[in-house]
Parts: sequence; C-alpha cells; structure tokens
Amino acid sequence: MDIAFIKQYIPMYVEAGKLTLGIAFLGILFSLLIGFAASLILYYKLPIWRRVVQIYVELSRNTPLLVQLFFLYFGLPKLGIRFSSELCGVIGLSFLGGAYMTEAFRSGLSTVQKIQKESAQSLGLSKGQIMRYIIFPQALSVSIPAIVANMIFLIKETSVFSGIALADLMFVSKDLIGLYYKTEEALLMLVISYLIMLLPLSILGNVLERRMRISYV
Amino acid sequence: MFNILLSANAEKPPVYTILFAGNNFQRLLWGLFVTLRVSLIAVLLSLPLGILFGLFMRRKDPISRGISQLYLAFIRIMPPLVLLFLVYFGTARIAGFHLSGEASGILVFTLWGTAEMGDLVRAAIGSIPRHQKESGRSLGLSSWQIYRYIIIPQTVRRLIPLSINLITRMIKTTSLIVLIGVVEVLKTGQQIIDANRFQYPKASIVIYTVIFFLYFIVCFPISQLGKYLEKKLKV
Repeated sequence: MDIAFIKQYIPMYVEAGKLTLGIAFLGILFSLLIGFAASLILYYKLPIWRRVVQIYVELSRNTPLLVQLFFLYFGLPKLGIRFSSELCGVIGLSFLGGAYMTEAFRSGLSTVQKIQKESAQSLGLSKGQIMRYIIFPQALSVSIPAIVANMIFLIKETSVFSGIALADLMFVSKDLIGLYYKTEEALLMLVISYLIMLLPLSILGNVLERRMRISYV
Repeated sequence: MFNILLSANAEKPPVYTILFAGNNFQRLLWGLFVTLRVSLIAVLLSLPLGILFGLFMRRKDPISRGISQLYLAFIRIMPPLVLLFLVYFGTARIAGFHLSGEASGILVFTLWGTAEMGDLVRAAIGSIPRHQKESGRSLGLSSWQIYRYIIIPQTVRRLIPLSINLITRMIKTTSLIVLIGVVEVLKTGQQIIDANRFQYPKASIVIYTVIFFLYFIVCFPISQLGKYLEKKLKV
C-alpha cells in the first residue's frame, strides 16, 4: 500500500465526491418534487394525468438508469437536444428517483384512513387545508423510512455516471487504476469515499425504520 | 425534430432501418441475452444461498450475528458498481488471478442477491407470529413437522412476490457489467452505431430507444407478476 500515493490523490477523490453529492442532492430534490406532485395526482385520481403518472412510473422503474442515461447523453443530441453530462446526470437521476419517490409518497397517503378526511370535511376545512394539515403530515411520517431508503438508493445509483463521462468517484478510480496500476490504493479510497457518504444516511435509515416499527406495532 | 426519423433522402436510408440492416437486431437481442444470462445464473445461485444465509442470520450467537450483519451492511451500502470494480480489478491484483467481466458479474450479483434474499428470508420467517409455532407444538408436531407444514409454507407465500421483485432489480443492475468491459446489449449497440457512423449518422437515438424498451419489455411483465402475486398471496 502506497500511503504517499493515497495522500497525493485524496483531493481528487474529495472533488469527485463533491460532484457526486452535488448531483445526488439536485437529483433527490427534483425526485421529491416529482414524487410529491405525482402522488397527489394519483391520490386525487386526476383523469388523464393519472395515466401519465402510471406510465411514467412503470417506464422508469422497469429500465436501468444506465440505459436512461445513454439515451439522454448519446441519443437525444441526434434530435438536436444536447445536455452536458452533469445535467444528464441530474435529469436521469430525477427521472428515476421521481418514480421511486412517487411510490413512497403514494404508500404513505394510502395509509391515512378515510375517516380522517371525512372528519376534516365535517369541520369545514377546504380541500387544500385537509391535505396540508391532516393528510400530508400523517402520510409523511409513514413515508419517511421509504424516502430515506430511496435517497440512499439514489446516491448509490450516481455511481453509474462514469458511464457518461462524468468525473465521479468511479471515473477517478478507473483512471488511477489504468494510469498507474495503483489498484489497491484506488479501490480502497473508492470504498472509503462511499462509506463516508452513505454510512451516516444508512444508520439514520435504520434508526427511523426501527422507530416506525415500534410506534406502529 | 422528428422528421429525421422518417425522412429518407437520396443517399441515406431512413434511420430506423438500421435495426434491420444486416443482423443488427439479432445482435442486440444476443447482447440482451448476455445480460439476462448473468442475472439468471446469479438469481438461481442466490435463491438457495439466500435461504441458507437467511437461516444463518436468525442465529442468536454474537459471532454469527456479527458476520451476517457486517456482510449485509457492506453489500447494502456499496453501490453494485463498486462491488464489480472490487472484484474485477481487485482479484487480479490481490488474489492474483484474472476473472472475466462476465464471471465477475456473476460472482458479484450472486453475493448481492444472497445478501438481499437472505434478508428477505429472515424478515419473512420473523414475521410469522410465534403462536403458529406454539400451536403446532401443542398439537404434538415435531419441530421438523412444524417447519415442514407450518413455517415453510407461510414463509414461501410471503417470499414469492418479494423475490420476484428482486429478479427485476437484478436484471436492471446487471446492465452495469458494460462498465467492466462485457459485450452486452449497450456495448453491442455502441458497436452498431460506430460501424454505421457514415450511413446512419443519427443511429444512436434509435438504438438507445430500442435498448430502453428491450429492458422494459423484459422487466415490466416480471414486475407486474410480482405485483399480482403480492395481492393474490396476501397473508
């Protein structure tokens, strides 16, 4: 193990990690927005939009992110639509994540009992108020473990960005292996980088899940 | 925007015809088959191994618990692509032998599937109320009989839909093997695009759309089956 080599290349991994986290952050943000909007469409059963959401969810959940990215990055430019690889990453991650977040919100919304809505209606609350003060808070507390699990999943999925030439952790590692044959060092730094990014979230996820289980059983 | 898909001018045929030029479509299907073969072998290996691992995870002694928790946590936290890199680049350096990309894929996805399946098995057994076992015992069944007639049938019922979902996840994740140099469907697509660069300069939009839907056609029925069974076998 070449410690000097590791020290020399730590900054590269930090940069790559920042890029990964930046894209993951934007992707997760948009996923939450898409998921929230789409789950409301499903909840209120809006006629045509509902179909659109269902088709979107099935398309996105039944295809790999890597294939979606190839389509965005290598396919769309032929139709004159050109995105940078960073933007492709954000779009691809949001497209994928939106569908998973839709499921998370939807399953939360479906656990709120009808009587909650009916009671709120009989108190004279408007449709918006019922969602804002009665249904959504209860649904969210059920959805949170799934949302955190999805966040972890999405950060892990960012690892495929190297496939569209984004200089992320995988890309840097592959470079170091190819250029200097420092396989052990590169792989060690790769594993440690992902541990640093994912371990705290994964522990948080476990705690939340346990707490949910206790409060609901 | 879309007229390039349909318009044919004098020297260049319409772009979608690339699919049927030569044996391009068969080649894409063959590429898909390479991906599916890796996931199928990994699934077939992870089902029995996962059941064993799930039973192992139910052991109470601290050493077994420590090992199984560590294994599961590591596999869960690392992105599958990192695991592929570890095996593909790591074995050659550290263990001193070269594994082909496909073999690395099978190894990694079996390790991954075993961990995931094991956790499903553990949860499924754990979710069976204790009184089932106690009732069985009070009826005078032996512990083998309790497993055979009470625990296993109920566990399997819960497991079937979940393990079907695991299969679609496995197929989707197997797409990553292109990044460790396996010539599967995406790589074949790239080859077709490169080989026809001059005759079909816009080929990539068609090829990647087709690959997108090939995956969809494979995964969608499986995930629908999972959903259907989940409803039907609800306990």
